[in-house]
Amino acid sequence: MSDPSAVGEPQLTAAHTLEYAYKRSLGPVLSRFFTGLRDKRIQGVKTGAGQVLVPPAEYDPATGEATTDEFVDVGPGGVVTSWAWVANPRAKHPLDHPFAFALVQLDGADTSLLHVVDTGDESSMSTGMRVKAKWADETIGQIQDIASFVPEEAS
Amino acid sequence: MRDVAIVSYSQTPYVRSERVRNEVEMLMPVIDAVVEQSGIARREIGFTCSGSTDYLAGQSFSFVMAVDAVGAWPPIKESHVEMDGAWALYEAWVKIQCGEVDSALAFSFGRSSMGETAETLALQTDPYTVAPLCPDTISMAALQARVGLDKGLFSERDMAEVAARCRRAAKDNPEAQLKGDFDVDKLLAEPYLVSPLRKHDCPPISDGAAAIVIAAGDLAKQVSKKPVWIRGIDHRLDSHQLGSRDLSLSPSTELAGKKAGVAQGPIDFAELHAPFSHQELILRRALGLADDVLVNPSGGPLAANPIMSAGLARIGEASRRIAAGKGQRAVAHATSGPCLQQNLVCVLEG
Repeated sequence: MSDPSAVGEPQLTAAHTLEYAYKRSLGPVLSRFFTGLRDKRIQGVKTGAGQVLVPPAEYDPATGEATTDEFVDVGPGGVVTSWAWVANPRAKHPLDHPFAFALVQLDGADTSLLHVVDTGDESSMSTGMRVKAKWADETIGQIQDIASFVPEEAS
Repeated sequence: MRDVAIVSYSQTPYVRSERVRNEVEMLMPVIDAVVEQSGIARREIGFTCSGSTDYLAGQSFSFVMAVDAVGAWPPIKESHVEMDGAWALYEAWVKIQCGEVDSALAFSFGRSSMGETAETLALQTDPYTVAPLCPDTISMAALQARVGLDKGLFSERDMAEVAARCRRAAKDNPEAQLKGDFDVDKLLAEPYLVSPLRKHDCPPISDGAAAIVIAAGDLAKQVSKKPVWIRGIDHRLDSHQLGSRDLSLSPSTELAGKKAGVAQGPIDFAELHAPFSHQELILRRALGLADDVLVNPSGGPLAANPIMSAGLARIGEASRRIAAGKGQRAVAHATSGPCLQQNLVCVLEG
């Protein structure tokens, strides 16, 4: 059998894109949360016991019971309940300059949201400080629609 | 409940980077040793279960090739958990409790050196609300440490003392990776890595593998002069959302410890899967260990942190210490997920 490449015929090639070629549904609760972010609203969901979970969940982690269908607007201001100062950001981090990962308890919420706080330097970070959400230039329904949290007094 | 005992344990020396051997080659001597020491013929072992993660190898079903290290002919009953080997041991223990088999091999392996493990592990967080921000393991642990520091439960000095003590203890462990004498004041003078954590508060990056053989009562007594009995084993978990937990506490460890019967007798020592220094302090409280209980005489995960094996290694190291007569009753603990999200507690007795 002759080798096709030896007689100048083109080799067969095909493009291969590594991907998950399907869409996932976010479900009723997170869909509402991310649609809210697109519209620059942060929403939590109430549990049967009246606690407001942010980010919202379909089930109350404390009891395993389904959460209610009552959504409430929270924030955009809140309090830093813990923070970690990242002096040397990694390429995959949301900010390319020093920042803090932080847990932010938004006004009206009973749980804290993990996100980033952008203050420029560590000395201006403290537990209990007030921050508010700074929106991305374009919001499309993802967690990065909140570009960062920034000190409230600076905004 | 059937009595079940650990009859043998083996592990690789833990290293920063296993450059030459692949996973199967790493496992083969460990499995050969653990089977030989068990006194049970390889063909007689009733069940095999492994713990590993495809995310380290970057390849789906990567665990299947590891079965080569066990010898899958003649055919064996085999299972896998995408978890630390401690949970593979748990599945094997359940299999024996069900009466289906009388002996089992559990093993685990991982080469953290092949990628950015701190970023890889961020992929186990909520894929919609958290993972896109890539909170690496060190940053998440730092959030947890800050909560404990702010509440006054421990100090940065307490954390440095944990790290220094573990690495000093590791000097006696030929298989540990990071060992030596460190001065706490000098450690505290170091800059932060991710504040409030310094480099010494974090585990080394380790490659390695571990394997254990367990057997039911009569068989264990028949094959082993010093069977180490699993008196209780239980695992529990907390919410995957860090912001809905009090990170300075570990309710799942506390509950698993109660179910495993930690308080039903004196504890001579504990092997705790605490990759970050402050996590040992949180776990001590959650398990109700007295201040004088010796923790991590092997050096623990601060001396070697083979991802997917570090939990099984705690159980294995504890069993070896009891078998060597250096204690009668011990607690071994394994964790999974960020900030001690899921916890397994095992009570061992000689």
